[in-house]
Amino acid sequence: MRTMTEEKHTISLLVDNQPGVLSRIAGMFSGRGYNIESLCVAATMDPLVSRITLVTTGDQLIIEQINKQLNKLVNVIKVHDLTETDFVERETALVKVRARPGHKAEILRLVDIFKCKVVDTNTTHYTIEVTGTVEKLSAFLNLLKPMGIKEIARTGSIALSRNNK
Amino acid sequence: MKITGAQILMAIFKEERVDTVFGMTGGAAIDIFDELARTNIQHIMVRHEQGAVHAADGYARAKRSVGVCIVTSGPGATNTVSGLASAYMDSIPVVVFTAQVPTNLIGNDAFQEVDIVGITRPCTKHNYLVRSIEDLARTVKEAFYVARSGRPGPVLVDIPKDIIQGKTAYKPLRAPSLKSYNPTYKPNMKQVKKAINLIREARKPVIFAGGGVILSGASRELAEFARRLNAPVTASLMGLGAFPGTDELWLGMPGMHGTYRANMSIGSCDLLIGIGVRFDDRVTGKIDTFAPHAKIIHIDIDPTSIRKNIPVAVPIVGDCKIALGELKKLMDEEALIIDPYKNKPWLDQIEEWKSTNPLSYEQMDIIKPQYVIERLYDMTNGQAIITTEVGQNQMWAAQYYHFDQPNSFITSGGLGCMGFGFPAAIGAQVASQDKLVVDIAGDGSIQMNIQEMATAVQYSLPVKIVILNNKYLGMVRQWQQLFYEKRYASTSIDEAPDFVKLAESYGAVGLRATRPQEVVPVLKEGLSTPKPVIMDFWVDREECVYPMVPAGAPMTEMLLV
Ligand SMILES: Cc1ncc(C[n+]2csc(CCOP(=O)(O)OP(=O)(O)O)c2C)c(N)n1
Ligand SMILES: [Mg+2]
Repeated sequence: MRTMTEEKHTISLLVDNQPGVLSRIAGMFSGRGYNIESLCVAATMDPLVSRITLVTTGDQLIIEQINKQLNKLVNVIKVHDLTETDFVERETALVKVRARPGHKAEILRLVDIFKCKVVDTNTTHYTIEVTGTVEKLSAFLNLLKPMGIKEIARTGSIALSRNNK
Repeated sequence: MKITGAQILMAIFKEERVDTVFGMTGGAAIDIFDELARTNIQHIMVRHEQGAVHAADGYARAKRSVGVCIVTSGPGATNTVSGLASAYMDSIPVVVFTAQVPTNLIGNDAFQEVDIVGITRPCTKHNYLVRSIEDLARTVKEAFYVARSGRPGPVLVDIPKDIIQGKTAYKPLRAPSLKSYNPTYKPNMKQVKKAINLIREARKPVIFAGGGVILSGASRELAEFARRLNAPVTASLMGLGAFPGTDELWLGMPGMHGTYRANMSIGSCDLLIGIGVRFDDRVTGKIDTFAPHAKIIHIDIDPTSIRKNIPVAVPIVGDCKIALGELKKLMDEEALIIDPYKNKPWLDQIEEWKSTNPLSYEQMDIIKPQYVIERLYDMTNGQAIITTEVGQNQMWAAQYYHFDQPNSFITSGGLGCMGFGFPAAIGAQVASQDKLVVDIAGDGSIQMNIQEMATAVQYSLPVKIVILNNKYLGMVRQWQQLFYEKRYASTSIDEAPDFVKLAESYGAVGLRATRPQEVVPVLKEGLSTPKPVIMDFWVDREECVYPMVPAGAPMTEMLLV
């Protein structure tokens, strides 16, 4: 019965902007043994409401439970599993990469191709800002890897449905 | 006019028709109790805060309302955790108020400060830390609303001392409505229609009721439904009493210590209608062998209960009573009549299972625990409110006391929390003064909250305790006998108090039976004594609860004796 294939789901939540709400959500995931791959919280236009975008994985039944369990939390206003719909998803990363003399041109060429920005530089490193889909980010990071990535900071995915409702 | 936080609390208690609170005072809570003493609300002062929450739980079930507790900060608050967890697992509406250190000290590791909201987040339906006196009234109103609505459950409200003492204007608030919390009561009619199609086709239906039927007050609707379908009924531990235990269609409880016929019926039915149940592992056993031939209709108010453990053909999210009402309406509209002979071969088969392996024991020269419960059942005409502790005593109570009424069986079902039964009996007795309330106890469990005997004596609550004394942590010993080659590691509890003297030392009455012929006289005397009584029955030490399905095995593979 149970389909064991793991799927990745991006879920968008509107929640009460109150202390403790994030820990309720995180606690639900850890207490029930579900995964959080990334989680991003910020205010919305309504100061009483925050939006959380989270990416999780699980088989079909687990994803169904995650959606229901999130809905059950008293502080969660709305749960939208975007994976079921048409949506746009972006992530931003800051990448500090070694800029050896022999690699500088190649790095800048990649920055150009991937439409990124060098936001900081010193004698030994470039810090690059890259935004895109998760696939674009991994492709970019894979290409930079041989040059020597010193540090990465990623925002985690944020996403919105393409519908107007 | 401005009033204090404590006064606001009392005002809302009045609005919510709270007539009793269970609690224990302390430095942070002193102002609440000071104010409480000026009202006509009864305070049952317990001797341990765990007892307060279990008592509020028993009270909530016996009274079909919300149970209320008030405790102090720090250790008072942490002592409520087992009570909250038990009420949470069993979906019982309880509101616990914990006093907290003053707002300006929170986070400073102040004396008797704990983050009780953090600690109880996963074992409450919801909880609150009140951050300003302006929020107090709304929060308390909301707490009662959340506790009793939807799938009920415990709610904790943590109130810092400066807010309890502070003053603000108070105006009664309207009933809360939350945009983030909106339980579904009315089922989707498309699903109801699908359910009826399955019912029409079924040849071997079984109805499986749970605590949800009791919580929604749907016993009458359930009985009508069962009769109309001419379908046998089983009920989980939490559902006992939802359907009369003396009815012809009654199968007994299913699961690990369920009846042979209940487990066999689930194993061969073609339609299983789960109503207000959550298909707990103690009922399903090995999950992929559970009800292998059945299509399942599952009615529950909590969407997370549905398809959590088992696949379901027709999920119906809604209140049990309303959903059964809608099913009836639609069956009437479609003039659905179940031919009474259609299920006959099925009911005949069940009759045969019933007679081949009924629950049984043999009363010889040592008292059998089952015998005590059977006599208790007879002598109380099945009319007592029974609470239980946890272990063998709980299972024998479930098997041998036949519950005809909802809320007459009060047990820690989901958590299985030893020490529950006695304080729960106190709460039930407060809620129903004119009823006989009996805690069926084990010699181990009773020691976990025995201090509440002082409470029972203080408030003249004539609860009866029937100890099935096997001088063992019996249920665990049973597992050791059956699955650990009789290595009784850490289960013998020979070193116990003399329960008769113990009762007497509290100012209660203690009685003992050591031989079978003493059972009836002791019950007779104990049940008719208008005081708290401990009846200590020395039972066969190595008696086991049968049938038994080993954990994780298919439910039809029962050990029968
Ligand atoms: C608070 C708590 N601690 C431990 C357990 C594990 N446990 C389950 S049954 C049991 C034995 C109970 O002994 P007793 O009350 O004498 O009941 P009996 O099984 O002998 O009837 C134990 C230790 C539990 N359920 N609850
Ligand atoms: Mg025992």
